[in-house]
Amino acid sequence: MSLKAFHILFVTLSILLAFGFGGWELVTYSRTGAGMDLFLGVASLAAGVGLVFYLRKVIRKLKGISLL
Amino acid sequence: MDIPYTVQARPDTGLYNAKVGIWLFLASEVMLFGALFSSYVLLRVGSETWPQGLLNVPLGTINTVVLICSSITVVLAWASLKLKDFGSYKLYQGVTVLLAATFMVIKSFEYRDKLTHYWVRLNDGTEMTGHIEGKPFNWTKATLSKPELGLTEIHFHPDPVPAATGAHADSEAAHGHEGAAAHESLTIPVSEISRLESFGPWRSTYLAIYFTLTGLHALHVVGGALVIGFLWGPGSRMWRSDPERLTNRVEVSGLFWHFVDLVWIFLFPVLYLL
Repeated sequence: MSLKAFHILFVTLSILLAFGFGGWELVTYSRTGAGMDLFLGVASLAAGVGLVFYLRKVIRKLKGISLL
Repeated sequence: MDIPYTVQARPDTGLYNAKVGIWLFLASEVMLFGALFSSYVLLRVGSETWPQGLLNVPLGTINTVVLICSSITVVLAWASLKLKDFGSYKLYQGVTVLLAATFMVIKSFEYRDKLTHYWVRLNDGTEMTGHIEGKPFNWTKATLSKPELGLTEIHFHPDPVPAATGAHADSEAAHGHEGAAAHESLTIPVSEISRLESFGPWRSTYLAIYFTLTGLHALHVVGGALVIGFLWGPGSRMWRSDPERLTNRVEVSGLFWHFVDLVWIFLFPVLYLL
């Protein structure tokens, strides 16, 4: 597996973490009302969306490099 | 005599030597961390209570962002070499080392926070957690008795009493002194203290597995940063003599770095959130 393939796997898992963590923080916010939880939740969801766009760009840019 | 397949892939495996080597190494690493994760799961499911809310989630989040950014810069460094852009390679590889250093600095703050956080038991059986004034590092009952410190009493700031509900209600750290108001300072004579422990790995099973997993991970971060730093500095001279081989070395170091980052992607939710 090349660095390209590992990077795609890593970013995919990071996206899952970002959305999962964002959801977890928003659920925590609904219980605590703490501003930090809201900020972390929204920022994490935004980071997840950003990583999706980044992943699409990486796949396009590194099209010529083998996955092996 | 040249060693074969340092640059070109072997026809049978389709891989060059170093890539086979790093994947064999990473397979052993998977077993090492897998064993520790399994230990964590078994310890947790076998425990009647498990502390929650002990760790600083915002700091852990910042470190997660730092490592994700470092995995991006390490790929950008490799891609720069593929595009024959050595200047960009130096920039991205240098940023990766800086991000690794940032991770370690933040980790050291977290460790310090744990080792300046105390559990104390008094002679009458009262137990509480909190901070000693001045935030001394890793004191014990024996430290209090040292004549050079000349201590007769300590000023203790108990943790706030937790709310009756919520995810943090079971937190060991939040089990403050019964009836104590948040951040109220208590003056405790040293003679009344029967035990004093910081929140180091000796404090609980949770902290033992936390320090073991994050400590081992931090060692990998340091090791990876040293290799990436070498390839950024003296190792980059190979660009003039054998650019393809340097590109392969950067790819191999990037594979290791991604593994280290991937471990953190699992560690963060397991230790900080669940």
